[in-house]
Amino acid sequence: MTALLELEHLDVAYRASAGPLHVVHDVSFSVEPGQVVALVGESGSGKTTTSSAVLGLLPSGGHIAAGEVRLSGIDLSSWSDRRLESVRGARIGYIPQDPVSSLNPVRPIGVQLADTFRVHRRGDRRTVRTRVLELLERAGLDDPALRARQYPHELSGGMRQRVLIANAVALQPELVIADEPTSALDVTVQRRILDLIDELRREHGTAVLLVTHDLGVAAERAERIVVMQHGRVVEQGATASILDAPAEAYTQRLLADAPGLGEHEFRRPCPPAYLRDAGDAAAENPVVLEASGLVKEYSVGRGRAPFRAVDDVSFRVLRGTTHAIVGESGSGKTTTARIVTRLVTPDAGRVELGGVDVTMLAGAAKRDFRRRVQLVYQNPFASLDPRQTVAEIVVEPLRNFGLGDRRARADAATRLIDRVALPAHLATSRPAELSGGQRQRVAIARAFALEPELVVLDEAVSALDVTVQARILELLEQLQGELGLGYLFISHDLAVVQRISHSVSVMRRGRVVESGPTEQVFRSPQHDYTRELLDAVPGRTLPAGKALA
Amino acid sequence: MAYLARRTGQALIVLAIAFTATFVMLQALPGDAILIRFESPELGLSPEQIADIRAAYGADVPPLQQYLHTLIGFLQGDFGTSVQYGTPVRELIGSALPDTLPLAGLGFLVAVVLAVALAFLSTLAPFGWLRRVLRALPSVFVSVPVFWLGIVLIQVFSFQLRLVPVIGADPVQALILPVLTLAIPISAPLAQILARSIDEVQLSPFVAVVRAKGAGPARVLWRDVARNALLPAITIAGVLIGELIGGAVVTETVFGRAGIGRITEQAVANQDVAVLQAIVILAALVFVLVNLAVDLVYPILDPRLKRKAVAA
Repeated sequence: MTALLELEHLDVAYRASAGPLHVVHDVSFSVEPGQVVALVGESGSGKTTTSSAVLGLLPSGGHIAAGEVRLSGIDLSSWSDRRLESVRGARIGYIPQDPVSSLNPVRPIGVQLADTFRVHRRGDRRTVRTRVLELLERAGLDDPALRARQYPHELSGGMRQRVLIANAVALQPELVIADEPTSALDVTVQRRILDLIDELRREHGTAVLLVTHDLGVAAERAERIVVMQHGRVVEQGATASILDAPAEAYTQRLLADAPGLGEHEFRRPCPPAYLRDAGDAAAENPVVLEASGLVKEYSVGRGRAPFRAVDDVSFRVLRGTTHAIVGESGSGKTTTARIVTRLVTPDAGRVELGGVDVTMLAGAAKRDFRRRVQLVYQNPFASLDPRQTVAEIVVEPLRNFGLGDRRARADAATRLIDRVALPAHLATSRPAELSGGQRQRVAIARAFALEPELVVLDEAVSALDVTVQARILELLEQLQGELGLGYLFISHDLAVVQRISHSVSVMRRGRVVESGPTEQVFRSPQHDYTRELLDAVPGRTLPAGKALA
Repeated sequence: MAYLARRTGQALIVLAIAFTATFVMLQALPGDAILIRFESPELGLSPEQIADIRAAYGADVPPLQQYLHTLIGFLQGDFGTSVQYGTPVRELIGSALPDTLPLAGLGFLVAVVLAVALAFLSTLAPFGWLRRVLRALPSVFVSVPVFWLGIVLIQVFSFQLRLVPVIGADPVQALILPVLTLAIPISAPLAQILARSIDEVQLSPFVAVVRAKGAGPARVLWRDVARNALLPAITIAGVLIGELIGGAVVTETVFGRAGIGRITEQAVANQDVAVLQAIVILAALVFVLVNLAVDLVYPILDPRLKRKAVAA
């Protein structure tokens, strides 16, 4: 039997002024009919480029420089764009990474799905309409007739990804390429989406090429794993053998960094800096932040009960420790973070910083408060001014508060850049020249510039690859150990929370359903929702994962 | 409905500011129309007679009183009397409008068609070099002065190629070159914005999804990119309406056509304050109305801007 998809010595290059730039070298692997193969690697490893090359959808300037891409034995690598159009959609389906930006915002869902049939001239208007509704229903969307009329912005991220999956399997292709299909979604949604792909695959015998940076996802879903680094395949084989006996150092590191795999030590409330120095300890309050009974309501129109985004939320952050708030989107965790950072005023409840009520601060007092509480955002691409250099960015808080002269600030920049383990020569670079991990380090350095007492990290590592994520978490732990400050860590990712936090509050629909020391909550969850969240962590239920410990 | 009322209110404020600013600026100019028309020594009018004329035009009272007088006149539809022609401004503009409306309307229409055609062709054209040439064209158009373009068009099409007669042209023929002269400089920035916006939309992930369905470039452009790319261009189109007025002044002067542009040019030369005041308000009114229309069209093109029903 011939393989469904075979890549042989594939070499992808981009045209550049200094000659071709090779980004994928000598990549060979195959996908059998009905098989799930995971292509694993960090960003920049060439995994997405490889999968785009299969579809012939490389960004402009990219081309297959050598090697073959065979679909059922026929080489597509030299096919023109026009010729490949008959393969795309019909024989190879595509599920994109980010469901939010992957549907046309100005056309209804049903019309976009129907397009897939029309492009390949399958069926008349009526049969297409019936098929679209069937597909939406099969993809697990309630009320398909309504969904077909709705526009993308009226659907949640998970629902949009269901639409995109329906789109990918619409013409029952032999192969579906799923490029990080779940990395933009909540864990529980992630699990349901992966289950859906699995079900549809079984129904139609579709093969799946699953592109992911998360070895946990790959381990759980794929029969074979192909590990890529720097545009080359470093290792490939059956999933079990890769997990049990990773031959390459890179694979071992990926395994160690995958947050859901392996057992990590729980962080215990180790004696922080203030306890080591008994003299300081007497004078200081170990509670950095105390929030009690926070409530925030949003009006949803006249005559209707307001929506309670945050409902009676209380928690504490101790000095030198991390308190995590976990929950899915819509759970109210980000609103809570915004209340704590005083970007939003609560309708009830109080926030105390170092024993002083800061709930209603205004004017100069509020400005002073901003020095003591700093925020690191999720998206390291959008939270840095693209026109400033790294050195300017990290000392901007000092400049805003008029601290130090030009010279002192230059020294501070050097110190801060060094502190977050960025190479000194990056000081004059601009954000566009940095990788995602480096940008997040810059954002962290900026947050530390004013030596705050509390840093609020809002999904601060969620946009990063697992290996980069692991390095950033290490950095945060190290800085906390040195400076003894408190972290409020907002995340939807339980695996990361398990790693970084000392205590945790689990939020759902605005309420805290469970809270306590991280170890206790994770080892013996009391609430069903907590259990559901824990089960959804990819790789967690895997026996192989435990064997690694 | 509340939205419409608010927008109308804003429009009225804009008009009021335009009216006041024009009045202040015209007052601040040294000399006035009466000085230009009646005080030249050849007419030999005595100072008393000139003072009478001033009184007849209401120009002998303090500026604030004049302002109120003019404002009340405008609100009642009385735009005052042209010093230069001695006729009511309303009649003057009323007779010029039928000449200018087809020019401005067609000019804008042609500009839009030209811009869309350029932007789309520069994306779809078969050869790389052709696409680049089409892309570069708008930058050339932007830098062409209107008066020069008019003269060149007359030279080439009327005198060299003899396609359009200069003398004895019927009304349609007489419109061709002025419309082109007016349209080309307006189409250029529009085409630039549209082309750039098409490029941007082409890079968005949803276009990758559409291409992965097997859709060809033309289908992608028409069905998925076009409507998204039009949004920023429509805003610019609303702003470019303002260009029509300046364009009409030059075009009508170059081609020797009667119309609002010509009256404006004459009024400026003679400091005919009443006429200028009326023309500015007319221009502001058109501008405000068009931009109001643009804002109302937006939600039809982009469903995200419709009132969001709060979804759970």
